[in-house]
Amino acid sequence: MSAHETGVFFYLGANHHAAPLALREKLALTEDKLPAFQARLAAIDGLRGTVVLNTCNRVEIYGLANAPEIIARIEAEFCALQDFPPETFRDVRQHATGRDAIQHLLEVASGLDSQMLGETEILGQVKDAYADALTRRATGPALNRIFQKTFQYAKHVRTSTAITAGQVSIANVAVDLAQKIFEELGRTRILLLGAGDISEKTARAFQSRGASALTVASRTFERAMALASDLGATALPFGHVPAHLADYDVVVCSTAAPEAVIRRDDAEAAMRRRRAQPLFFIDLAMPRDVEPSVADIENVFVYNLDDLARIAEKNRAARENEVVRAREILREKSAMLWSQIAPESPSPGPSRRGDAS
Amino acid sequence: MTETFLTDRAWLWLAAALYLGGFLFGVVPLIRRGRHSNRLAFFIMLAGFAAQTLGLYLRGKAISGCPIGNTFEILQFTTWSAVALYFVVGAVFRLSLLGFFTSAFAAALSLVSLAVPAWDAVRRASASGGNAWVEFHAALALFSYGVFGLLALTSAMYLLQWFSIKRRRMDGIFSLLPPMQALDQINLRLLTTGVVLLGASLAVAIIHWQRTAGHAINSAMLFLGAIWFLYAVALSFRRANIVPARRLAWVCIALFTVAIATLGVIDAHRLP
Repeated sequence: MSAHETGVFFYLGANHHAAPLALREKLALTEDKLPAFQARLAAIDGLRGTVVLNTCNRVEIYGLANAPEIIARIEAEFCALQDFPPETFRDVRQHATGRDAIQHLLEVASGLDSQMLGETEILGQVKDAYADALTRRATGPALNRIFQKTFQYAKHVRTSTAITAGQVSIANVAVDLAQKIFEELGRTRILLLGAGDISEKTARAFQSRGASALTVASRTFERAMALASDLGATALPFGHVPAHLADYDVVVCSTAAPEAVIRRDDAEAAMRRRRAQPLFFIDLAMPRDVEPSVADIENVFVYNLDDLARIAEKNRAARENEVVRAREILREKSAMLWSQIAPESPSPGPSRRGDAS
Repeated sequence: MTETFLTDRAWLWLAAALYLGGFLFGVVPLIRRGRHSNRLAFFIMLAGFAAQTLGLYLRGKAISGCPIGNTFEILQFTTWSAVALYFVVGAVFRLSLLGFFTSAFAAALSLVSLAVPAWDAVRRASASGGNAWVEFHAALALFSYGVFGLLALTSAMYLLQWFSIKRRRMDGIFSLLPPMQALDQINLRLLTTGVVLLGASLAVAIIHWQRTAGHAINSAMLFLGAIWFLYAVALSFRRANIVPARRLAWVCIALFTVAIATLGVIDAHRLP
């Protein structure tokens, strides 16, 4: 397969690197606009295939064109559809061709290019975008090969480096810790003290890993009832918490109370009733909801906001340490893939982000 | 001892070297990258187990009985039991790092037993004095020691995990340890198995050995009985939730240390 036969592999789009949220909102392809854009792409002469990746952090078009000039046509069609000033788009757009475009696709699919480094959701989104293109018959043999190899290489990088290791959000770090103590969250009883955003986010993180026995207690019982209803949990009057503390394995605290709501006496009384079963306090409140001396009680584990943030930061730093190695692996893979797609083409040197190569 | 290209002792040396190799293959990536690659370490350990099985088989064949006739053989048999159990427990419960700890334990115990030639200088012609029931008792008792050995390892893993969570140390080896509750469950199961096996061993001894030989209960039996009693008490207390898992872990390590340190005493006081 020669480069002429294959065409020019390219990507064009905008993402979180250069486009701020306000612009990304305007550039995002809504459900009704996506098919319209795909139809416009299909009508462009010399465009052999496209895959449109449309996520909250990026709108990117990957494709094969007979000539580089076609990329400008795509840009014009996109701006016209979105009613977006072309000159503003040119300020924030990212694009590349050939091996650089392949390298970019590999980094996107591996989570290396994500805002939250190493996140794994993006691979599913790239797969969905490709599956959609396949359904529309918008891909050819070369594009199929590029994408299928991309999925294979992205998985390889994730398993052979620590790019996805550890959790980097506080709620997920807390859930990880609960699993380190209780293993099976399906049978773990969780009490949420506070009915605000933090409580809800943490509860959702627990539910996403199988937790089902959730109870909400808030100083305003109506708020506890409302959150419990949203989560499919039960509500507990705040005054009943000390008496029922022993019934729970994990207590997530995020109240706005000016002083500690879990006192050492309460925790000691609960531990006497729990009879050698561990109890885990996740204190996300500021000021703290759990008295510091509670951590000294045998079989009681207390993690506050600083502890969790430190772990999240360490995990994030560990992921960043792996970026160079992961990128190096992908560079080898992109060279290999490029040589298969366009065997006689010299491998171009690295091009700057935002410059067409 | 037997006509093969390697003697039984050479096979046991090879097994010890393989166990050590398995441990080193586990520890290097752990130190370098904080990651554990267990596939190669597992196969090295499996090769070690095969070599040890062959070594013990050759020795058993040569003496026409179970190779538990001196301190060296007792230590080897205990190690073999612990590793055999690891392959069962590890396969069923898939506990991360258990192989790593087992390989360290097996390498240490095997090398210590091989390093002291005096422990293998003399041996009884038959550990049981020719009585199959007594031989069964001794084999059961030593197999229970293997169980307690593995229990000491999972207890140490529990304590490391407890320390890491309590003291907020989540990096390196700590990040790879299994959940505390999983380790507690394994500890309870191993403890129950060990107590049942040692209890059965004592029952066999009391019913068949003492009756047929007409001997009074000797100090080795009393010592084994005391070990069994202490493990049984620890098990009852934990089952009743009187003792937290952390204290049980300490007790299991302490009891196994005592049991293994006094193996020589038990061996010396066995009936001929």
